[in-house]
Amino acid sequence: MNLASPVQTAGGGRASAYFKRLMWPLIVLAALLIVNIAVTGFDFIVPSVHDGRLGGAFVNILRRSAPLLLIALGMTLVIATKGIDLSVGAVYAIGAAIACQYILNGDQSALGVVVTAVTLALAIAALIGAWNGAMVAYFGVQPIVATLILMIAGRGIAQLITGGQIPSVADDSPFVSIGRGAIATVPVPIIIGVAVFAALVLLTRTTALGMLLESVGGNPEASRLAGIRAKGITVLAYLIAGICAGLAGIIGAANLGSADANNGGLWIELDAILAVVIGGTTLLGGRFFLVGTTIGVAIIGTLEVTIINVGLSSQWQFTAKAIVVFIVAMLQSPEFRAWILRPFRTGRPGRTPAAHDPEKAPAK
Amino acid sequence: MSSPTLTERPTRSTLFDGLSRYIPIGATVALLAAMYLGGIANYPNFDNPQLIPDLFIGNAGLLIVAVGMTFVILSGGIDLSVGSVMAFSTMACAWLTVEAGLPASIVVPAVLVFGVLSGAFTGAIIHYFNVQPFIATLAGLFLYRGLTLQISDHDMSIRDIDFFSWGMQRIEFGDPRDGGFSLPYISFIAFGVVILAFIVLHYTRFGRSVYAVGGSEQSALLMGLPVARTKVGVYAISGFCAALGGVVAAFYTKSANPLAGVGLELDAIAAVVVGGTLLTGGAGFVLGTVAGVMVMGMLTTIIAFQGNLSSWWARIVVGVLLLAFILLQRVLARSGEKRKG
Repeated sequence: MNLASPVQTAGGGRASAYFKRLMWPLIVLAALLIVNIAVTGFDFIVPSVHDGRLGGAFVNILRRSAPLLLIALGMTLVIATKGIDLSVGAVYAIGAAIACQYILNGDQSALGVVVTAVTLALAIAALIGAWNGAMVAYFGVQPIVATLILMIAGRGIAQLITGGQIPSVADDSPFVSIGRGAIATVPVPIIIGVAVFAALVLLTRTTALGMLLESVGGNPEASRLAGIRAKGITVLAYLIAGICAGLAGIIGAANLGSADANNGGLWIELDAILAVVIGGTTLLGGRFFLVGTTIGVAIIGTLEVTIINVGLSSQWQFTAKAIVVFIVAMLQSPEFRAWILRPFRTGRPGRTPAAHDPEKAPAK
Repeated sequence: MSSPTLTERPTRSTLFDGLSRYIPIGATVALLAAMYLGGIANYPNFDNPQLIPDLFIGNAGLLIVAVGMTFVILSGGIDLSVGSVMAFSTMACAWLTVEAGLPASIVVPAVLVFGVLSGAFTGAIIHYFNVQPFIATLAGLFLYRGLTLQISDHDMSIRDIDFFSWGMQRIEFGDPRDGGFSLPYISFIAFGVVILAFIVLHYTRFGRSVYAVGGSEQSALLMGLPVARTKVGVYAISGFCAALGGVVAAFYTKSANPLAGVGLELDAIAAVVVGGTLLTGGAGFVLGTVAGVMVMGMLTTIIAFQGNLSSWWARIVVGVLLLAFILLQRVLARSGEKRKG
C-alpha cells in the first residue's frame, strides 16, 4: 500500500494520501487526549507557567518524549530506505556516556567543556551511524543484522566508556540545562525536538533528498538505473539516525544528570519503530511521513500517562503497547481489511489487494 | 545477474553451495575448540570435566530457545517475543502451582500447549494478514512481558513444589575425581530438543519446506509446498521452545523473575548467526546453533575464569564475533556469485 511511487502521487494526490495516512493516528491521539481530559480535567491539555517554564501535563509529555521523537525521526528516514536501525538505543547510551564522562573529566561548570563534550558525543554518534550505513550499503549486509551488531555490543562499549559506573554531572553544570532548562519559557528538549523536526522536513521536502530516499526505499535497483547514488543516500540516512540517537542520549542524560549505560534508552529502538509504524510509514520502505512519526511519538507518550491517569497500574504499559502494535499492524494489513470487510462486500467482485504484489516478499 | 544493491537479498541460488556451506559452521567449531584449548592453557582447573556439562546446564534455556529461533530464521522470519514468552511461562508455572495450587503435572503441559498456541497465532497473523514478522512478534514481546508483570512484579518462589526438585537431580557419569561428570535431568530435555530438531529439519518433509520457504517463499509456493502450514509451524515451534525454555528455567532456578530473559531474543539470534545460519533464511544448521550457544557460554566462562575482566566485555566480544561471521557469510556469498556469474 505504500507502493504509490512519488511520481504517481505528485500534485493533487499527495495531499489526500497524506490525509489518509494521518487520519488514524490523529483519531487515536485525539481519543487518548479526550480520555485524559475526561479523567483529569482541562488542566491536562492547557499549559501553565511556573518557575519561568511551561508546565502542565501535556507539555511534560512532550518534554519527556523529545528523545524518543529525535530517534523516531531518524528511524523514519532509515525505514524509508527499506532499512531498520536497531542500534539507536545503544547509540543513545554511548552518546550519554561520552558526554557525561568527558564533562566529569573536565571543569563541570565551564561552557566550553560542555560544548566540546556534546560535539564529541555527536561526532562519535555520527561515526557509528555512518558505520551502520556503510555495512548496509557497501557490504550488502541486511539492515537488521548490520545494526544488531551494535545493538548487542553498543551497551558494552558505553559501559567501557563509563568504566561500569554511572557518571553524574553536578546540577549547576550548563550541561544539565539541555534537559531541564527553558528558553523563553519553552523547555529546551521541546525546542531541540522542534528544531530537528523542522530541519529534517526542510531537508527532505524542499530538496530532492526526500524523493531520493523514497525512491531508494521503493526500488533500489530502479533508482540505481535512474542514476541515483543509492549507496550514499543510504549511508546518509543511517548517519542522520545516528546523530539523532546521540542527541537523544545527550538530552536524556542532561535531564537525569547522569548516564546509565545499562538502562538509558532501553527498548527505545522498539518504541521508535512503533512510533514510525503508527505514523503510517511501513517497514517496507518507500513513502515516509515525518509528521505521522511525530504524532506516533505523541501517542506513545500520552499512552503511558493515560494508563496511570485512568487508574491502571504501570504494569499495564507493556500490555497497552502490545494492543496498540496489534491494532496498528492489523489496520495496515490490506489482507486483514479485506477479510474484515468481506461480509459487507458480498455481490461485488472481491478486491484482493496486494495479492500479486511484488513487494509482498517478506521483508524483515 | 543483478548487482548486489543495498538491502536486496543476495542471489539465492549461489549461496553456500557445495563445501563452502560448511565453512561458517566449521569456523564456529574451530573457534569453540580454540577457546577451550586457550582456556586450558591459561587457567588452572579449566580442564575440569564438569566444565562442559556445566555449559549445557547453565545455557539449557538459551539453547532450547535458540533451537526454536533457528527454525524461524531458516524460514526467513524472526521472533522477538521469545524472551517474554519464556519469562511468562516461568511465571505461569510459579503462579499456577503456588497461588492456584494446581498440580505441576498439569501445569507444565498446559504451559507448553499455551506456547504452541500463542506461536501458531503469531504465525497465522504473519502469514494470513501479511504482517511483518518483526512487528507481529514485537507485539508478543510487549504483551507477554506485560502479562508477566501483571501476574507478579516481584520474584515468586516455587521452592516448596516437589515436582520442580526432580529436574535438578543428577545422573553421574563416572567418578568426579577421575574424569567423571554429572548431568541433571533437565539438561537431557535440551539434548532431546536438539536431536528432535535435527531430525525434523533434515529428515522430514516439514524440515525441507522450512528451508524452501526461507530460500524463496515465491518458489516454494509455486512448487506446491504447504507455505502456510510451514510458516505457522515454525512460529508454533518457536513458541513451544520458548515455553519449554521457561519451564526449564523454572526447574533450574525454582523461582520466577518478572524481568527474566530481557534481551534473551538478541542472545538467541546472535547464537543462531554465530552458528552459521543466514539471517535471510534458507541456509544453516541446527547443530551450528548448538555450537553458537556453546561459544557464547564459553565466552562468559572464560571471562569468569579471568576474573579481572568486566562483564561488559562479553557483549563487546559477542558483537565482534557477530561482525566477523556476518562478513564471512558475505565473502562466501560474493565468491559464490563470482564463480557462477
